Amino acid sequence: MSGQTIDPRLANARSAPKRKLNISWADPLFRSIVWQVLIVGVVIAIGWFLITNTQRNLLVRHIATGLGFLSNTSGIPIAETLIPYEPSVSTWGRAVVEGILNTLKVAVVGIVLSTILGTIIGIGRLSKNWLVAKVAAFYVETLRDIPVLLQLLFWYGILQSLPAPRAAMKIGNAVFLSGRGLKFPLIEWQDAHSWALVAFLLGLIGTIAWNATANKKRDETGVKPGVWPAAVGLLIGLPVLVWAALGAPFVVDYPALKGFNFVGGGTVTPEYFALLLGLTLYTAAYIAEIVRSGIQAVPKGQWEAAGALGLRPGSVLKLIVLPQAMRVIIPPMTSQFLNLTKNSSLAVAIGYQDIVSISGTMLNQTGQAIEGVGIIMVVFLTISLSISLVMNWYNARIALVER
Amino acid sequence: MRLNLTLTGTLLAASLLAAAPAFAQGSGSATLDAVKARGVLVCGVAGAVPGFSLPDSQGVMRGLDADSCRNVAAAVFGDPSKVKFAVTTTQNRFTALQSGEIDLLVRSTTWTLSREGDLGLLFAGVNYYDGTGFLVKKALNVKSAKEMDGATICVQPGTSTELAISDYYRVNKMKFTPILIQDLAEIQNAFLSGRCDAYSTDSSALATFRATQTNKDDFLLLPEIISKEPLGYVVRKGDDKWFDIVRWTYFATVAAEEMGVDSKNVDTMLASTNPDIRRLLGLEGTLGKSLALDSKWAYNVIKQVGNFGETWDRNISVLGVPRGINAVWTKGGLHYAPPLR
Repeated sequence: MSGQTIDPRLANARSAPKRKLNISWADPLFRSIVWQVLIVGVVIAIGWFLITNTQRNLLVRHIATGLGFLSNTSGIPIAETLIPYEPSVSTWGRAVVEGILNTLKVAVVGIVLSTILGTIIGIGRLSKNWLVAKVAAFYVETLRDIPVLLQLLFWYGILQSLPAPRAAMKIGNAVFLSGRGLKFPLIEWQDAHSWALVAFLLGLIGTIAWNATANKKRDETGVKPGVWPAAVGLLIGLPVLVWAALGAPFVVDYPALKGFNFVGGGTVTPEYFALLLGLTLYTAAYIAEIVRSGIQAVPKGQWEAAGALGLRPGSVLKLIVLPQAMRVIIPPMTSQFLNLTKNSSLAVAIGYQDIVSISGTMLNQTGQAIEGVGIIMVVFLTISLSISLVMNWYNARIALVER
Repeated sequence: MRLNLTLTGTLLAASLLAAAPAFAQGSGSATLDAVKARGVLVCGVAGAVPGFSLPDSQGVMRGLDADSCRNVAAAVFGDPSKVKFAVTTTQNRFTALQSGEIDLLVRSTTWTLSREGDLGLLFAGVNYYDGTGFLVKKALNVKSAKEMDGATICVQPGTSTELAISDYYRVNKMKFTPILIQDLAEIQNAFLSGRCDAYSTDSSALATFRATQTNKDDFLLLPEIISKEPLGYVVRKGDDKWFDIVRWTYFATVAAEEMGVDSKNVDTMLASTNPDIRRLLGLEGTLGKSLALDSKWAYNVIKQVGNFGETWDRNISVLGVPRGINAVWTKGGLHYAPPLR
């Protein structure tokens, strides 16, 4: 519609008569304004009271306040760090960042794994195979009925009872499993690898672009040009070429027993693994139920109609059932992702240093209780709101478009 | 209980937010008035450390820290049983004291500058001169902490031990992997299961932990003591009278040991002509009044709980830990009481 067209019904429309505000309790407009002013006033007054009273109490008790302590040297050791950290040099702020990263490390991996596992089990519960359906049902009923904290302690206990490093179970001389965790070889990271990674990301963008072009061509001509050859070339060929051009460095860092423990290679610690395992298995039980209910929410007629069109069962699931099931699945799924993230704070119990654990230590070492708890709250609020935002965006995207 | 740390923190923060300051009147000590009005002293302890504070089979809290609480109750009420023990964790102990949830904290807590300077706390006395040590399994074949490069060490987070180990490893240019678990039973379990090569905390706690193991000869306490950990009585800043009461109660127990007054002979000592003893027992002078306490405050402490040496022998010596620097100064130790006059 162009901007110049004017709906004739609106052209001569009269606006509603202006209401005059009467200063009288009988006037609903006046009443609603009074109530709103009153409520906002009370909220502000309570907030003001809490803040001033806290400040006064902190002063009376000679407790230092403010966030200045975040730039002081922390001194506390942190077992697992994603970015370089040295207790005697790094600040409390850095320690908090390590905590946030550790929380994200378990939350992101946990969400991905529990979604995959939950979907498999959810579909499994609908299987026509009696054994598969019963095993999936047993899994769901057992795992979601045991408190997650107990599950974490259980897995941690099991992982601790693995043999000592010197008697570690091993695969070849490369992968070791012991009470100290899983040790595996790592490729020594060099600049060439970073460039190869950049090339891979560029290739990914190129593949997506090529796919869009191919779709356009299909819409125009009815024939879709092949995407696979281009994808293989861009995603595998390009990075390998870049890597080879930079001298193809390839040095493997094998873990080796030295002194008390393994040196070199990568590690999955028992603390992280127990937390990840516990959270994933627990949340997957809920996700399985959500997936099952989502699929069952699609009317049987849809299956039959799709079948009547000649689609194979796999295509029916992919093209007809799942897109409709997603609308039922996504909103409760968001809650499960949030639950998993928040449950990760149980890490304190098994010694994984997430944001709650590190802030708790900071709270104790510096005595900044209000600030410490405040940081934990802000971090969780930010992570949870981000998850909600992404999921709501996705939900809106897949929502039923009514015509 | 120890797991809902955030909850505890939130509650404590909330109590800080809401609590109004108590008004000082009467004795001039808000804490003393509150304790007297309540009829019981609320004392924060660990509640799970043998030799320091651990309930016995009857559910009665036993240990050096527990008896230190009883000393103060005896001085205030003339009755050491008027103590309510509040179990605190390493992470909530200071907030519990700051917010007024407890009157006194005796929880193997190390006296440091920042704890007094930043936390609004005061250390009124030291009941144990301790230091950070390492406990290892003999099977590890380690004889010194210097051989512990690359080791995995179990330690409780939020303690001064945690900081001491970081410093020690930095100074000696070695590396270690920490395993930090809040719950005492869980961290000990992690050490016993072999998750860590060493368990580190105050050497007193290591000695008592070792003593309570059935296979105690499988463990070795390394000779190095890597830090100074004076453990003591902690009170809130801003109540000098209460600080005085706690501080001089401790001094009275040390003075009694120096003078040879103990719970068994204290009644015969009432006939003593020694002016120091007569002042201590409230027969001469006005020491009790100076503290806003009964004149027999120190007598009550010695009679009902015992002098410093008796409390030590009852709780620590039985675990096989030598007295060492924790003797009174007349026997070469560090416990020294200024004149009670």
